[in-house]
Amino acid sequence: MRDSTALLADRGMGVARSVPAPEGVFADPVMLGESSAADWFALLKPRVMSLVVFTGLVGLLLAPGSLNPVLALAAILAIAVGAGAAGAINMWYDRDIDALMRRTAQRPVPAGRIAPEAALGFGVTLSVAAVMLMGLATNAVAAAVLALSIAFYVFVYTMWLKRRTPQNIVIGGAAGAFPPVIGWAAVTGSVDLLPVLMFALIFIWTPPHFWSLSLFAHADYARAGVPMLPVVAGARETRRQVMLYTLVLVPLSLLPWALGRAGAIYGASAAVLGGFFLFSAWRVLRDAQDERGVSRTGDAPAKAAFRFSILYLFLIFAALVVDRLGGWAG
Amino acid sequence: MSASVERPSETPAEAAARRRRGRNWALLAVLIGLSVLFYAMTLVKLGHRS
Repeated sequence: MRDSTALLADRGMGVARSVPAPEGVFADPVMLGESSAADWFALLKPRVMSLVVFTGLVGLLLAPGSLNPVLALAAILAIAVGAGAAGAINMWYDRDIDALMRRTAQRPVPAGRIAPEAALGFGVTLSVAAVMLMGLATNAVAAAVLALSIAFYVFVYTMWLKRRTPQNIVIGGAAGAFPPVIGWAAVTGSVDLLPVLMFALIFIWTPPHFWSLSLFAHADYARAGVPMLPVVAGARETRRQVMLYTLVLVPLSLLPWALGRAGAIYGASAAVLGGFFLFSAWRVLRDAQDERGVSRTGDAPAKAAFRFSILYLFLIFAALVVDRLGGWAG
Repeated sequence: MSASVERPSETPAEAAARRRRGRNWALLAVLIGLSVLFYAMTLVKLGHRS
Protein backbone atom coordinates (compact mmCIF):
# COMPACT_ATOMS: atom_id res chain seq x y z
CA MET A 1 0.00 0.00 0.00
CA ARG A 2 1.36 3.42 -0.97
CA ASP A 3 1.65 5.93 1.79
CA SER A 4 -0.94 8.66 1.96
CA THR A 5 1.60 11.44 1.43
CA ALA A 6 2.23 10.13 -2.06
CA LEU A 7 -1.49 9.71 -2.70
CA LEU A 8 -2.19 13.27 -1.60
CA ALA A 9 0.70 14.58 -3.66
CA ASP A 10 -0.73 12.74 -6.71
CA ARG A 11 -3.91 14.75 -6.32
CA GLY A 12 -2.03 18.02 -6.12
CA MET A 13 -2.59 18.39 -2.40
CA GLY A 14 0.02 19.40 0.08
CA VAL A 15 0.14 17.40 3.27
CA ALA A 16 -0.30 19.92 6.05
CA ARG A 17 2.23 18.58 8.50
CA SER A 18 5.19 16.70 7.10
CA VAL A 19 7.55 16.96 10.04
CA PRO A 20 10.98 15.45 9.28
CA ALA A 21 11.25 12.02 10.86
CA PRO A 22 13.71 11.53 13.70
CA GLU A 23 16.37 9.10 12.61
CA GLY A 24 15.37 5.49 13.17
CA VAL A 25 12.07 6.31 14.86
CA PHE A 26 9.58 6.98 12.09
CA ALA A 27 10.51 6.42 8.48
CA ASP A 28 7.08 7.49 7.24
CA PRO A 29 6.19 11.20 7.72
CA VAL A 30 2.49 10.28 7.91
CA MET A 31 3.27 8.29 11.06
CA LEU A 32 4.34 11.55 12.71
CA GLY A 33 1.01 13.13 11.92
CA GLU A 34 -0.74 10.08 13.31
CA SER A 35 -4.46 10.51 13.66
CA SER A 36 -6.20 10.83 16.99
CA ALA A 37 -9.57 9.39 18.03
CA ALA A 38 -11.02 12.88 17.54
CA ASP A 39 -9.91 12.85 13.89
CA TRP A 40 -11.83 9.64 13.26
CA PHE A 41 -14.84 11.06 15.05
CA ALA A 42 -14.57 14.20 12.90
CA LEU A 43 -14.85 12.00 9.80
CA LEU A 44 -18.41 11.25 10.90
CA LYS A 45 -19.44 14.94 10.60
CA PRO A 46 -20.84 15.02 14.15
CA ARG A 47 -22.61 18.36 13.75
CA VAL A 48 -24.65 17.09 10.81
CA MET A 49 -25.21 13.86 12.71
CA SER A 50 -26.95 15.63 15.60
CA LEU A 51 -29.75 16.92 13.36
CA VAL A 52 -30.06 13.54 11.67
CA VAL A 53 -30.31 11.73 15.02
CA PHE A 54 -32.88 14.19 16.30
CA THR A 55 -35.18 13.92 13.27
CA GLY A 56 -34.78 10.12 13.28
CA LEU A 57 -35.73 10.04 16.95
CA VAL A 58 -38.82 12.13 16.24
CA GLY A 59 -39.90 9.67 13.53
CA LEU A 60 -39.43 6.86 16.00
CA LEU A 61 -41.38 8.61 18.77
CA LEU A 62 -44.31 9.59 16.54
CA ALA A 63 -44.79 6.15 15.02
CA PRO A 64 -47.79 4.20 16.30
CA GLY A 65 -46.86 1.20 18.41
CA SER A 66 -43.79 0.82 20.54
CA LEU A 67 -40.25 -0.41 20.34
CA ASN A 68 -38.24 -1.82 23.20
CA PRO A 69 -35.90 0.94 24.50
CA VAL A 70 -32.80 -1.18 23.84
CA LEU A 71 -33.87 -1.78 20.24
CA ALA A 72 -34.82 1.89 19.88
CA LEU A 73 -31.34 2.86 21.10
CA ALA A 74 -29.81 0.47 18.59
CA ALA A 75 -31.97 1.96 15.82
CA ILE A 76 -30.90 5.51 16.68
CA LEU A 77 -27.27 4.38 16.86
CA ALA A 78 -27.64 2.78 13.43
CA ILE A 79 -29.09 6.01 11.99
CA ALA A 80 -26.24 8.04 13.54
CA VAL A 81 -23.52 5.66 12.38
CA GLY A 82 -25.06 5.35 8.92
CA ALA A 83 -25.14 9.14 8.53
CA GLY A 84 -21.59 9.42 9.85
CA ALA A 85 -20.38 6.67 7.52
CA ALA A 86 -21.85 8.48 4.52
CA GLY A 87 -20.04 11.62 5.75
CA ALA A 88 -16.74 9.73 5.94
CA ILE A 89 -17.12 8.45 2.38
CA ASN A 90 -18.00 12.00 1.32
CA MET A 91 -14.78 13.26 2.92
CA TRP A 92 -12.82 10.58 1.07
CA TYR A 93 -14.34 11.51 -2.29
CA ASP A 94 -14.21 15.28 -1.77
CA ARG A 95 -10.67 15.43 -0.38
CA ASP A 96 -9.43 17.41 -3.38
CA ILE A 97 -12.06 20.17 -3.11
CA ASP A 98 -12.02 20.11 0.70
CA ALA A 99 -8.32 21.01 0.57
CA LEU A 100 -9.16 24.12 -1.46
CA MET A 101 -11.88 25.44 0.84
CA ARG A 102 -11.00 27.31 4.02
CA ARG A 103 -14.01 25.84 5.83
CA THR A 104 -12.90 22.25 5.16
CA ALA A 105 -9.13 22.39 4.65
CA GLN A 106 -8.43 21.23 8.19
CA ARG A 107 -10.57 18.11 7.92
CA PRO A 108 -8.52 15.00 8.74
CA VAL A 109 -8.10 13.75 5.15
CA PRO A 110 -7.07 16.98 3.35
CA ALA A 111 -4.91 17.92 6.37
CA GLY A 112 -3.05 14.62 5.97
CA ARG A 113 -3.89 13.16 9.37
CA ILE A 114 -5.90 10.26 7.92
CA ALA A 115 -5.02 8.50 4.66
CA PRO A 116 -7.80 8.69 2.03
CA GLU A 117 -8.06 4.94 1.63
CA ALA A 118 -8.38 4.54 5.41
CA ALA A 119 -11.25 7.05 5.45
CA LEU A 120 -12.97 5.11 2.64
CA GLY A 121 -12.53 1.80 4.43
CA PHE A 122 -13.84 3.33 7.64
CA GLY A 123 -16.91 4.73 5.87
CA VAL A 124 -17.75 1.55 3.97
CA THR A 125 -17.29 -0.65 7.05
CA LEU A 126 -19.48 1.59 9.18
CA SER A 127 -22.14 1.78 6.44
CA VAL A 128 -22.42 -2.00 6.29
CA ALA A 129 -22.36 -2.26 10.10
CA ALA A 130 -25.09 0.39 10.48
CA VAL A 131 -27.42 -1.32 8.01
CA MET A 132 -26.81 -4.72 9.62
CA LEU A 133 -27.43 -3.31 13.09
CA MET A 134 -30.68 -1.70 11.95
CA GLY A 135 -31.80 -4.97 10.33
CA LEU A 136 -30.96 -7.01 13.41
CA ALA A 137 -32.50 -4.57 15.89
CA THR A 138 -35.67 -3.65 14.00
CA ASN A 139 -36.73 -4.80 10.55
CA ALA A 140 -35.75 -5.09 6.90
CA VAL A 141 -37.75 -2.03 5.78
CA ALA A 142 -35.88 0.31 8.14
CA ALA A 143 -32.55 -1.27 7.15
CA ALA A 144 -33.39 -0.89 3.44
CA VAL A 145 -34.36 2.79 3.82
CA LEU A 146 -31.15 3.41 5.79
CA ALA A 147 -29.10 1.73 3.05
CA LEU A 148 -30.95 3.81 0.46
CA SER A 149 -30.20 7.05 2.32
CA ILE A 150 -26.48 6.23 2.56
CA ALA A 151 -26.33 5.25 -1.12
CA PHE A 152 -28.24 8.39 -2.10
CA TYR A 153 -25.85 10.66 -0.21
CA VAL A 154 -22.73 8.95 -1.56
CA PHE A 155 -23.65 8.16 -5.16
CA VAL A 156 -26.37 10.67 -6.07
CA TYR A 157 -25.28 13.74 -4.09
CA THR A 158 -21.52 13.39 -3.56
CA MET A 159 -20.42 11.62 -6.73
CA TRP A 160 -23.05 12.66 -9.26
CA LEU A 161 -24.68 16.00 -8.47
CA LYS A 162 -22.37 18.02 -6.23
CA ARG A 163 -19.81 18.92 -8.88
CA ARG A 164 -22.22 19.07 -11.82
CA THR A 165 -25.25 21.21 -11.07
CA PRO A 166 -26.40 24.07 -8.84
CA GLN A 167 -29.43 21.88 -8.12
CA ASN A 168 -27.06 19.56 -6.20
CA ILE A 169 -28.44 20.32 -2.77
CA VAL A 170 -32.06 20.45 -3.97
CA ILE A 171 -32.05 16.83 -5.11
CA GLY A 172 -29.24 15.71 -2.83
CA GLY A 173 -31.13 17.15 0.12
CA ALA A 174 -33.31 14.06 -0.01
CA ALA A 175 -30.47 12.12 1.63
CA GLY A 176 -30.82 14.19 4.79
CA ALA A 177 -34.60 13.87 4.74
CA PHE A 178 -34.70 10.10 5.24
CA PRO A 179 -34.06 9.83 9.03
CA PRO A 180 -37.67 10.41 10.23
CA VAL A 181 -38.82 7.82 7.67
CA ILE A 182 -36.22 5.37 8.98
CA GLY A 183 -37.24 6.04 12.60
CA TRP A 184 -40.90 5.50 11.75
CA ALA A 185 -40.15 2.32 9.76
CA ALA A 186 -38.05 0.99 12.66
CA VAL A 187 -41.22 0.87 14.78
CA THR A 188 -43.90 0.01 12.22
CA GLY A 189 -42.03 -1.84 9.46
CA SER A 190 -43.80 0.42 6.96
CA VAL A 191 -44.07 4.03 5.76
CA ASP A 192 -47.13 6.24 6.26
CA LEU A 193 -48.25 9.75 5.32
CA LEU A 194 -46.76 11.54 8.36
CA PRO A 195 -43.15 10.35 7.79
CA VAL A 196 -43.54 11.27 4.12
CA LEU A 197 -44.61 14.78 5.21
CA MET A 198 -41.60 14.97 7.55
CA PHE A 199 -39.39 13.88 4.64
CA ALA A 200 -40.92 16.62 2.47
CA LEU A 201 -40.40 19.20 5.21
CA ILE A 202 -36.65 18.51 5.45
CA PHE A 203 -36.40 18.20 1.67
CA ILE A 204 -37.86 21.68 1.08
CA TRP A 205 -36.05 23.14 4.12
CA THR A 206 -32.63 22.12 2.77
CA PRO A 207 -32.32 24.66 -0.12
CA PRO A 208 -32.98 27.83 1.93
CA HIS A 209 -30.80 26.42 4.72
CA PHE A 210 -27.89 25.54 2.49
CA TRP A 211 -28.13 28.48 0.11
CA SER A 212 -28.08 30.85 3.09
CA LEU A 213 -24.75 29.24 4.01
CA SER A 214 -23.46 29.34 0.46
CA LEU A 215 -24.25 33.07 0.22
CA PHE A 216 -21.50 33.82 2.71
CA ALA A 217 -19.25 30.85 1.86
CA HIS A 218 -19.43 31.18 -1.93
CA ALA A 219 -15.79 32.24 -2.26
CA ASP A 220 -14.83 28.81 -0.92
CA TYR A 221 -17.09 27.04 -3.39
CA ALA A 222 -15.88 29.20 -6.29
CA ARG A 223 -12.25 28.41 -5.41
CA ALA A 224 -13.04 24.70 -5.39
CA GLY A 225 -15.12 24.88 -8.58
CA VAL A 226 -18.27 23.57 -6.90
CA PRO A 227 -21.28 24.93 -8.84
CA MET A 228 -23.26 26.17 -5.87
CA LEU A 229 -26.10 28.53 -6.82
CA PRO A 230 -24.34 31.80 -5.82
CA VAL A 231 -21.31 30.78 -7.89
CA VAL A 232 -23.34 29.89 -10.99
CA ALA A 233 -26.37 32.20 -10.85
CA GLY A 234 -25.14 34.95 -8.54
CA ALA A 235 -26.08 36.13 -5.07
CA ARG A 236 -29.19 38.04 -6.18
CA GLU A 237 -30.79 34.94 -7.75
CA THR A 238 -29.79 32.86 -4.72
CA ARG A 239 -31.58 35.28 -2.38
CA ARG A 240 -34.68 35.02 -4.59
CA GLN A 241 -34.52 31.21 -4.44
CA VAL A 242 -34.14 31.27 -0.64
CA MET A 243 -37.37 33.29 -0.49
CA LEU A 244 -39.21 31.05 -3.00
CA TYR A 245 -38.36 27.82 -1.20
CA THR A 246 -39.33 29.36 2.14
CA LEU A 247 -42.68 30.36 0.61
CA VAL A 248 -43.21 26.69 -0.30
CA LEU A 249 -41.89 25.44 3.05
CA VAL A 250 -44.32 27.35 5.28
CA PRO A 251 -47.62 25.98 3.84
CA LEU A 252 -46.01 22.55 3.54
CA SER A 253 -45.13 22.64 7.24
CA LEU A 254 -48.83 23.17 8.03
CA LEU A 255 -49.92 20.04 6.15
CA PRO A 256 -49.52 17.60 9.09
CA TRP A 257 -52.00 19.76 11.01
CA ALA A 258 -54.28 20.40 8.00
CA LEU A 259 -54.45 16.68 7.20
CA GLY A 260 -55.22 15.74 10.80
CA ARG A 261 -51.89 14.05 11.45
CA ALA A 262 -50.90 16.59 14.10
CA GLY A 263 -52.84 18.82 16.45
CA ALA A 264 -53.19 22.47 17.36
CA ILE A 265 -49.90 22.73 19.28
CA TYR A 266 -48.03 21.69 16.17
CA GLY A 267 -50.18 23.82 13.86
CA ALA A 268 -49.64 26.96 15.94
CA SER A 269 -45.91 26.26 16.33
CA ALA A 270 -45.49 25.67 12.59
CA ALA A 271 -47.32 28.91 11.81
CA VAL A 272 -45.23 30.99 14.23
CA LEU A 273 -41.92 29.38 13.24
CA GLY A 274 -42.87 29.70 9.56
CA GLY A 275 -43.53 33.41 10.12
CA PHE A 276 -40.06 33.86 11.59
CA PHE A 277 -38.51 31.87 8.75
CA LEU A 278 -40.34 34.00 6.17
CA PHE A 279 -39.14 37.13 7.93
CA SER A 280 -35.52 35.96 7.91
CA ALA A 281 -35.79 34.96 4.21
CA TRP A 282 -37.31 38.39 3.47
CA ARG A 283 -34.34 40.04 5.21
CA VAL A 284 -32.00 37.95 3.03
CA LEU A 285 -33.91 39.05 -0.09
CA ARG A 286 -33.86 42.73 0.91
CA ASP A 287 -30.21 42.72 2.05
CA ALA A 288 -28.40 45.90 1.00
CA GLN A 289 -26.35 44.96 -2.06
CA ASP A 290 -24.42 46.52 -4.91
CA GLU A 291 -25.33 46.22 -8.61
CA ARG A 292 -23.64 42.78 -8.80
CA GLY A 293 -25.66 41.51 -5.87
CA VAL A 294 -22.72 41.57 -3.43
CA SER A 295 -23.94 42.18 0.12
CA ARG A 296 -23.00 45.50 1.72
CA THR A 297 -23.66 44.07 5.18
CA GLY A 298 -21.21 41.18 5.09
CA ASP A 299 -24.19 38.85 4.41
CA ALA A 300 -25.45 39.40 7.96
CA PRO A 301 -29.07 38.46 7.02
CA ALA A 302 -27.88 35.24 5.31
CA LYS A 303 -25.83 34.31 8.39
CA ALA A 304 -28.85 34.96 10.61
CA ALA A 305 -31.12 32.95 8.27
CA PHE A 306 -28.67 30.04 8.28
CA ARG A 307 -28.56 29.99 12.08
CA PHE A 308 -32.32 30.32 12.36
CA SER A 309 -32.94 27.53 9.82
CA ILE A 310 -31.19 25.04 12.12
CA LEU A 311 -33.20 26.21 15.12
CA TYR A 312 -36.36 26.07 12.98
CA LEU A 313 -35.91 22.42 12.11
CA PHE A 314 -35.17 21.46 15.71
CA LEU A 315 -38.18 23.36 17.00
CA ILE A 316 -40.69 22.24 14.39
CA PHE A 317 -39.78 18.58 14.95
CA ALA A 318 -39.86 19.12 18.71
CA ALA A 319 -43.34 20.64 18.25
CA LEU A 320 -44.50 17.42 16.59
CA VAL A 321 -43.38 15.44 19.63
CA VAL A 322 -44.83 17.89 22.17
CA ASP A 323 -48.08 17.88 20.23
CA ARG A 324 -48.23 14.08 20.31
CA LEU A 325 -47.35 13.96 24.01
CA GLY A 326 -50.05 16.55 24.64
CA GLY A 327 -52.54 14.20 23.01
CA TRP A 328 -53.79 16.78 20.53
CA ALA A 329 -53.17 14.74 17.43
CA GLY A 330 -56.18 13.07 15.90
CA MET B 1 -12.38 19.80 15.09
CA SER B 2 -8.70 19.14 15.05
CA ALA B 3 -6.62 17.06 17.38
CA SER B 4 -3.34 18.28 16.00
CA VAL B 5 -2.54 20.52 18.98
CA GLU B 6 0.96 19.65 20.11
CA ARG B 7 2.06 20.12 23.71
CA PRO B 8 5.17 22.34 23.82
CA SER B 9 7.37 19.93 25.76
CA GLU B 10 6.39 16.87 23.71
CA THR B 11 8.58 15.32 21.05
CA PRO B 12 6.81 14.25 17.83
CA ALA B 13 7.25 10.61 18.84
CA GLU B 14 5.65 11.23 22.23
CA ALA B 15 2.77 13.09 20.59
CA ALA B 16 2.22 10.22 18.16
CA ALA B 17 2.29 7.71 21.03
CA ARG B 18 -0.24 9.80 22.98
CA ARG B 19 -2.58 9.94 19.98
CA ARG B 20 -2.23 6.20 19.43
CA ARG B 21 -3.02 5.57 23.11
CA GLY B 22 -6.13 7.76 22.83
CA ARG B 23 -7.24 5.84 19.74
CA ASN B 24 -6.78 2.53 21.51
CA TRP B 25 -8.85 3.64 24.49
CA ALA B 26 -11.58 4.91 22.16
CA LEU B 27 -11.59 1.59 20.31
CA LEU B 28 -11.84 -0.29 23.60
CA ALA B 29 -14.81 1.85 24.64
CA VAL B 30 -16.52 1.20 21.31
CA LEU B 31 -15.94 -2.56 21.58
CA ILE B 32 -17.27 -2.69 25.15
CA GLY B 33 -20.27 -0.57 24.17
CA LEU B 34 -21.08 -2.81 21.22
CA SER B 35 -20.71 -5.96 23.33
CA VAL B 36 -23.15 -4.59 25.91
CA LEU B 37 -25.56 -3.46 23.18
CA PHE B 38 -25.58 -6.82 21.39
CA TYR B 39 -25.93 -8.67 24.71
CA ALA B 40 -28.93 -6.50 25.63
CA MET B 41 -30.43 -6.86 22.15
CA THR B 42 -30.13 -10.64 22.39
CA LEU B 43 -31.87 -10.66 25.76
CA VAL B 44 -34.70 -8.51 24.39
CA LYS B 45 -35.11 -10.67 21.28
CA LEU B 46 -35.08 -13.88 23.32
CA GLY B 47 -37.60 -12.34 25.74
CA HIS B 48 -39.95 -11.60 22.84
CA ARG B 49 -39.83 -15.22 21.67
CA SER B 50 -40.38 -16.88 25.03
